[in-house]
Amino acid sequence: MSPAVGFRDATAIAGIAQTEFAKHLEPSEAELACQVIVAACADAGVDVSEVDALCSYTMEATEEVDIARNIGCGEITFFSQIGYGGGAGCGVVGHAAMAVATGQAEVAVAWRARKRGSGPRPWTNTSTQLHVPGQWTRPAGLLRPVDEIAMLTRRYMHDYGATREHLANVATAVRSHANMNPAALMYAKKMSREDYMAARWVSEPLCLFDNCLETDGALACVVVSAERARDLKHPPVYVHAFAQGLPPEHQTMVNFYNDDPLIGPAWACARRLWANADFGPEDVSVAQIYDAFTPLILLSLEGYGFCKRGEAGPFTDDGNLEWGKGSLPVNTSGGGLSEAYVHGFNLINEGVKQMRGTSTAQVESAETCLVTSGEGVPTSALLLRR
Amino acid sequence: MANAAAFSGAYVSNLGPSVEGFLLPAGDADGAFFWEGTAQGELRIQKCLSCGHLRHPPRPMCPRCRSVQRGFDVLSGRATVWSYVVPHPPLLAPYSDLAPYNVIVVSLDEDPNLRFVGNLVSGVEGALNEIDPESIRIGEPVKAVFKKFSRADGSEQTLPFWVRAS
Repeated sequence: MSPAVGFRDATAIAGIAQTEFAKHLEPSEAELACQVIVAACADAGVDVSEVDALCSYTMEATEEVDIARNIGCGEITFFSQIGYGGGAGCGVVGHAAMAVATGQAEVAVAWRARKRGSGPRPWTNTSTQLHVPGQWTRPAGLLRPVDEIAMLTRRYMHDYGATREHLANVATAVRSHANMNPAALMYAKKMSREDYMAARWVSEPLCLFDNCLETDGALACVVVSAERARDLKHPPVYVHAFAQGLPPEHQTMVNFYNDDPLIGPAWACARRLWANADFGPEDVSVAQIYDAFTPLILLSLEGYGFCKRGEAGPFTDDGNLEWGKGSLPVNTSGGGLSEAYVHGFNLINEGVKQMRGTSTAQVESAETCLVTSGEGVPTSALLLRR
Repeated sequence: MANAAAFSGAYVSNLGPSVEGFLLPAGDADGAFFWEGTAQGELRIQKCLSCGHLRHPPRPMCPRCRSVQRGFDVLSGRATVWSYVVPHPPLLAPYSDLAPYNVIVVSLDEDPNLRFVGNLVSGVEGALNEIDPESIRIGEPVKAVFKKFSRADGSEQTLPFWVRAS
């Protein structure tokens, strides 16, 4: 696999912004999107009229046309949307960076605005068009994303001896980071191991605290060339490498139908990502790993090569994912589990904050950050560096 | 010919209404042979007529040999439990009434890498929630049974369920 050498560090994230996170925000998703994009441009120190690329998720409700005519863009020359919900996030930023790196655009904006806290749960709409037709799973009462991931989790626990203690390691580590972040929904709510074990079931073997939050909020970032970024307000956060991953015979969310269901898209994504990078997993200072559900962190730790297959459970022991304690602090803002669930975009902005040195759980002399998007669906990842 | 939607990138949700509260397949061209089979008490699986590869869920092209010539095999209906979950509320109304219930994934005896999603019940008339989830074991043998449901419009739909194999 030949590396994407020309892409490496060619672009940088120059601006980031987020709205308040809440169970319910008054403004519409369109209004939140416009506000956060304008704020990200201000953070970068670029004029909104310079934006010429717009990238988001296929699930984003506000399309480029509406963003552009609201925020007062000039001529947009690149726009893209990426599918698969939470798998899209890093891909959205990656496409923005590729547009800038190839000269298709000069100021690219990536964003996600979502009212998942006050809006409907997508799984309650049984006419939703699913990638694997619902007729093969829904009649049995496998209705929600949590049920689908719990199915893989049970098998993972059976095959490798992982336990709820390991899932609790993940949940409590991420919560402890939220407790340091005033913007996090769970800032003031501590969670002990006993709290975790006492929580109600949602889909056994997963309990309430294995699930992410339901949040209204929006985030955006601005990508420019590395050269331009060096002249802007903040120190550049370089997009070192980017990859997407869709492995053979993958079945989105219900990956039960191939030879090795526990090898998810993270593995394919990781092979391309590390091939593109000039450093490896051992050089990652801090990681933001997509956490709609705690077991996705276990699966991703293996997929991205931080430990061997089946060893992610013990890898989380002794506070190994915790700030100030472990070898790999993860989700230092509180992630989707405890800061906000905005399809993983807060993980991207937190990666930028770590590289700027402004995280509320700042990892000392952090040089590199891995950010990943959803495991269990076609996914994507970014390597950021200072 | 499979339905055009599968080629255009749009997907069919395939869930129709049920008078008994279960979500029932609305049917599509790709899966029609499967539901015609269950109506006759057969568990069928899509088969490539060029290379013989079995695949599920059904789709237009064989990923091994790229042939679109397709038919089906009739399976023995024997399988083992590959994994299971026990959903609790919040759920859709008819299912939340039954919760906690089990959902299982089974590996087929013909090829353990071929799997179906279903429920473990005590018999054809059994409910989703009558087997003690604590008693379910990964690897335990099961076999398919078939239960007929009637829709409000009078049409019928047969779903496969799984019982413990003696």
